[in-house]
Amino acid sequence: MIAVRDVTKSFGDFVALDGVSLEIPDGSLTALLGPSGSGKSTLLRIIAGLEQPDTGSVEIHGADATNVPAQRRGIGFVFQHYAAFKHMTVRENVAFGMKIRKQPKERIRERVDELLGVVGLAGYHERYPSQLSGGQRQRMALARALAVEPKVLLLDEPFGALDAKVRAELREWLRRLHDEVHVTTVLVTHDQEEAMAISDHIAVMDHGSIEQVGGPRELYDQPANGFVMRFLGPVSRVGDALVRPHDIAILLDPEDGARRAVVARVVHLGFEVRVELELEGGERIFAQVTRNEADSLELVEGAAVWVRTTHEPAVPA
Amino acid sequence: MSTLALNLRGRPAGRPGALGLGVSTLWLSLIVLLPLAAVVARSTEGGLDAFWSAVSSRQAVSALRFTLLVSLAATVVNAVTGTLIAWVLVRDQFRGKRIVGALIDLPFALPTIVAGLTLLALYGPTSPVGIDVAFTQFAVLLALLFVTLPFVIRAVQPVLIELDREMEEAALSLGANARTVFLRVILPNLVPAILSGAALAFARAVGEFGSIVLISGNIPFETQVASMFIFKQIESDNPIGAAAISVVLMLLSLLVLVGIRGLGRWGARHDR
Amino acid sequence: MTVDRRWRIALRAIGLTYLALLLLIPIGLVFYRTFEHGVMAVYDSVTTPAAISAFSLTLTVTAIAVPLNTVFGVLCALALARGRFRGKGVLNAIIDLPFAISPVVVGLALILVFGRGGWLGDLPFQVIFSVPGIVLATIFISVPFVVREVTPVLAEVGDEQEQAAATLGANRWQAFWRITLPSIRWGVAYGVVLSVARCIGEFGAVSVVSGKISGDTETLTLLVEKRFQNFDLAGAYAASALLALIALATLLAMTTINPRRDDA
Repeated sequence: MIAVRDVTKSFGDFVALDGVSLEIPDGSLTALLGPSGSGKSTLLRIIAGLEQPDTGSVEIHGADATNVPAQRRGIGFVFQHYAAFKHMTVRENVAFGMKIRKQPKERIRERVDELLGVVGLAGYHERYPSQLSGGQRQRMALARALAVEPKVLLLDEPFGALDAKVRAELREWLRRLHDEVHVTTVLVTHDQEEAMAISDHIAVMDHGSIEQVGGPRELYDQPANGFVMRFLGPVSRVGDALVRPHDIAILLDPEDGARRAVVARVVHLGFEVRVELELEGGERIFAQVTRNEADSLELVEGAAVWVRTTHEPAVPA
Repeated sequence: MSTLALNLRGRPAGRPGALGLGVSTLWLSLIVLLPLAAVVARSTEGGLDAFWSAVSSRQAVSALRFTLLVSLAATVVNAVTGTLIAWVLVRDQFRGKRIVGALIDLPFALPTIVAGLTLLALYGPTSPVGIDVAFTQFAVLLALLFVTLPFVIRAVQPVLIELDREMEEAALSLGANARTVFLRVILPNLVPAILSGAALAFARAVGEFGSIVLISGNIPFETQVASMFIFKQIESDNPIGAAAISVVLMLLSLLVLVGIRGLGRWGARHDR
Repeated sequence: MTVDRRWRIALRAIGLTYLALLLLIPIGLVFYRTFEHGVMAVYDSVTTPAAISAFSLTLTVTAIAVPLNTVFGVLCALALARGRFRGKGVLNAIIDLPFAISPVVVGLALILVFGRGGWLGDLPFQVIFSVPGIVLATIFISVPFVVREVTPVLAEVGDEQEQAAATLGANRWQAFWRITLPSIRWGVAYGVVLSVARCIGEFGAVSVVSGKISGDTETLTLLVEKRFQNFDLAGAYAASALLALIALATLLAMTTINPRRDDA
């Protein structure tokens, strides 16, 4: 388990982390999710030993690692811009960690072959990073980090520099890899979809603090505050509460607790239909209904309807 | 949009280029090529035998050999110290760093004769600390170290600044200590720049004259460099002999310059 | 990578010691020696008729060579950065030649062309052992500076602005004066500063082609040599200090202009 206790870190006047504590279970895939400036990368780098906290401690597998330098923490680190050793071949890159630990040549050769196979770069041994695509370079970087059997794998926005399609492929692939290899993995990202799609746990961060920690479902259904709710999905504000658009029911007849609204716009997004409604006070909200529901309600612009939330609003606005 | 640019392309971009090319060719031919051609062409005026005997005289050979060795020595020393100083200027912080950084270019800006005088003041007969190496081979080395000081430093600095810090962090995360990171990750990426700076330094060193005039004593077979030997030949009214040696010296420098370009391309093969 | 503190101090110490021994202390010593006997003595030394005439010759020669090479430099940079022709490599190599040729050989080359028995040895006016020779030598050695500084700037800036100017009705020369030149002004300035320093400091080539006649064909650098050889050490130091001051002023100009080179 990795335990971060009360860590504070400032860069000049800017407080990057403000008394942050977190426990990361063994073998899990945990995401540090938040907007830029939330401190998530700083936290990751402190876990890695690439930064030192001003106060607080880091424990890795029960041992206090706060003063242990990065090279001795037994971590693997993957950077957003790959950090490939551009003067070395793919083989030399992946072998680097083992070479400096002076492992026997046979063992190095075997492991490099094995890992390149696992990451789908078999046969690319003698290429240089400049000859690889972004996605290939990142896979090489992963193989390189895994080569020395780290206790923890840390990834700093690993797919941020890749285009959308490659990003989606690689994150699924990372999850499958994790399922096979079972290394404790911590992933920094600002993309909530990415975090939700592959993590066991997510720590949502904002302005140097952790807002909430939990599984994807838990965070989505029971957000601790407005920030978390907004970050993880679309919200509509109805009166004093934040509600998910799909938790807004549109009715043709008034019911208890329902309010008047006028349909401003109906947008058909395939299966999903987004309805923009204007409430009595002039506020605009979005509701999301299925195609069938939209059809049966026969929604048109200008129609007068009633709206009600179907889910107990968990979060005051 | 692009067709519009194409229609205009004939006028603004193309013509100044052509005018520039014409003027440049003329100017360079007159000022640079013509005189150099004269050296090459007239070096064999006395016949190939005269050329050979001028170039292979004991004194000429000695001067050329000494020049090559002392230039090589100065280049190697400044390649090592230059890399070190570039490192300190880029990665270290101390008061007065900016001034020191600016002063590195002093050998570029200072007249060579003044450079010679400057070194003589501290390391010659009037030295306040009693060090007198004037008229020795070491004095020539000293002068060359002075005039070639900035080359490697200025070549390495920009590369160090641009170096991807994350590569170093990646190496650290993989367990490398600082020494390994420097030797296996940083240095290999600096080598093309070091070589490029060293080549420029070498080319400068073999032809150096002004800084050596006062401090070397120009002792034949001992501290006489090729440029001084050529000077003496001119003074002795033997310009053709001087031309012959000059041709050899020029060939050396040209070879080095071609080498730089080749090294530069070889070093760039890894770049993204 | 944060280096271990001991290493960092060690590297800094080695680097600074080397620089001190080779560069800083010698230069400091020259200034000290120069002004040892007071500023007035120095002033007298640099205002002798010979010194004044040497200084003015140096400046005159520089004032001829630098503008010529600046015009050449800008035009050549345009050709290299914007033109499309084969042989750019050759052109670059030729431009680099003055860096690679020993100054003595430059002087020799001029003698072989313009001297007695030279290819152009019968011109109606004297070149070798006279001022025109000095001018030509100075032009030769300062050829590369402006073009080397301006070419990358031109390449970086690109010609979109000139194209925009053309769409707005500017003709070639207007585009050049109003758009191109301003965009390269700092590159030109830097190149000019380097050329000036080089011209003022030239010794070897001038040593060969000049008759070293005091008051006529003696530049400031040649004056330093002569005074030294006449055992007028104080006089040599004084002239050197003047040249060193000019060099320091050059460094100052370089450091000031350098950061501006990347803005247009």
